Amino acid sequence: MDDHPIIEFRQVSKRFGQQRVLEGIDLSVERGRTTVIIGRSGTGKSVTLKHIVGLLRPDEGEVYFEGQRVDTLSERELRPIRRQISFVFQLNALFDSMSVAENVAFPTVQHARGRLDRRKLDKLVQDCLELVGLSGFGEKRPADLSGGEKKRVALARAIAIDPPPKVILYDEPTAGLDPQRSDVINRLIRNLQNEFNVTGLVVTHDMKSAEAVGDRILMLWNGRFIADGTVAELRAARDDHVRRFVEGVAEPEDVRNLT
Amino acid sequence: MGRDAEEYGRARCGCIDAGADGVLERNRSNGEMGSMARKNLLFRLIAAIGGAVVGWIDGFGRFFVFSGHAILAGPTEMLAAGGWRRLMPQAYLVGARSVPVILVTGAFVGMVLVVQGWEQFDASGLADRLGAIVNISVAAELGPVLAGVMLAGRVGGALTAELGTMNVTEQIVALRSMGADPVRFLVTPRFLACLLLSPLLTCYADLMGSLGAWGVYVFVKGGDPEPYWRYTAEVVEMWDLGTGIVKAFFFGGAIGLISCYKGFHCRAGAEGVGQACTESFVASFITILALDFCLNIVLNTLYTVWYGFRSLIM
Ligand SMILES: Nc1ncnc2c1ncn2[C@@H]1O[C@H](COP(=O)(O)OP(=O)(O)OP(=O)(O)O)[C@@H](O)[C@H]1O
Ligand SMILES: [Mg+2]
Repeated sequence: MDDHPIIEFRQVSKRFGQQRVLEGIDLSVERGRTTVIIGRSGTGKSVTLKHIVGLLRPDEGEVYFEGQRVDTLSERELRPIRRQISFVFQLNALFDSMSVAENVAFPTVQHARGRLDRRKLDKLVQDCLELVGLSGFGEKRPADLSGGEKKRVALARAIAIDPPPKVILYDEPTAGLDPQRSDVINRLIRNLQNEFNVTGLVVTHDMKSAEAVGDRILMLWNGRFIADGTVAELRAARDDHVRRFVEGVAEPEDVRNLT
Repeated sequence: MGRDAEEYGRARCGCIDAGADGVLERNRSNGEMGSMARKNLLFRLIAAIGGAVVGWIDGFGRFFVFSGHAILAGPTEMLAAGGWRRLMPQAYLVGARSVPVILVTGAFVGMVLVVQGWEQFDASGLADRLGAIVNISVAAELGPVLAGVMLAGRVGGALTAELGTMNVTEQIVALRSMGADPVRFLVTPRFLACLLLSPLLTCYADLMGSLGAWGVYVFVKGGDPEPYWRYTAEVVEMWDLGTGIVKAFFFGGAIGLISCYKGFHCRAGAEGVGQACTESFVASFITILALDFCLNIVLNTLYTVWYGFRSLIM
């Protein structure tokens, strides 16, 4: 197999107005492994993911997928790349006007462009809903689901592509789920990687989940990656920010006013 | 129009603004609020106006690119699998669901015109001709404008709210991430529904306006129905009905595009969506009246060129 990284960022910077979110980040994601990005709320984790499928464009720097530069492509040129990448959005982004089953089927229908085996698709949808523990929910509307159920439908939609996508970007896949459901999702992410060689890029705040799924963990802080390693390595990190984040201890300046 | 545009406008004049601020501060600390400060105020005013104008032009540019995209995607969307399945629910919401309110407003407008006009026309012995005047006003002017305004209020707000919510819940970026064209998927069907059904709604408004006027004329004012219809048939031409329909196409299309644009570009949060709805209604309303004015000039010129002058009261 070719060993160049499947996703690569080179010196990517992104600003929104006056706010600098990413300040020249470098990132290379290895094929067939699961990389986790952790970091405080609002540091630009979601922004980073959105650059990979061209939903945001960097102000400076380059983004590559499979060795191809993506940040300069037009929407039309991005289509074949987007076909290979699934995105689980932080806010789920389920389509309100469609039923759960239609939501899950949407990427396949969209990518098939007319040539479609209905029976196979129905089976795929059922299987994926079952995987996330929602069989029998197909006819419901997203608006009628609980927060955790929505998250799971979003996950089902991301994996309901045959053959599975090369890369799945998970933006907080276990947020709002109970510990047991989280465990199921973590195993699901692991399985996709082991069985189908899906590359995972997971953004999370949940250190337990990061530990369970991550081959490698990166920490984003003030627009830069300040840590890169396994959970054990992060726990032993010399940087105070990293250690405190991993252990879930507040930054001293954030609690000064409380005491 | 649009947050990006505003930001852009502000960014454009930002450096000037900051400079002016600095000078103003220094003057104040000297206790010398003289001509310098006033000059800087003027400077800042010009900068602010300039920024706003740039923002506006930028917003217009974006709007026209967006509109062009939505319109050009029309044929593809209609021929695509599922295209009709996306259009029909929109047509139902825009068209069928608007019929009752259009019927009621149309009828009231016709009725009120007769109530208002009766005494003047009766006093000069022209009561027979009232029907002609009311019907031509309704067919050429009030029907399409009213249908447009009702559509902007009833449908435009709902479209903006729906697309705005989809925007802030990342549904629009999700569509993009799956390789779908959100403008074609979401805007084109809504635009087509507004474009095609606004003329139909106008016909309903015209019909009810005419009937409402006739009802008040005959049953309340005791007018003679025979000349009412005779003069109407003499004065109101196909041209008048036609101009009303042509206007309705323009109004409907504009409402669809403006509402969708506002939804696509609304700011995050419930407040952003609410504000976008208000902006969308105001923009649609102003656009309807401005388009009406321009279309009247064009259509009247065409009429005079083709048929010459006509007198309505004789
Ligand atoms: N489209 C946008 N326009 C303006 N600012 C944005 C936009 N998207 C993100 N931001 C800003 O960029 C910063 C990073 O946002 P991002 O969503 O990446 O945070 P995050 O790391 O995912 O946080 P969380 O863990 O809370 O999801 C935030 O301060 C946000 O306000
Ligand atoms: Mg996020």
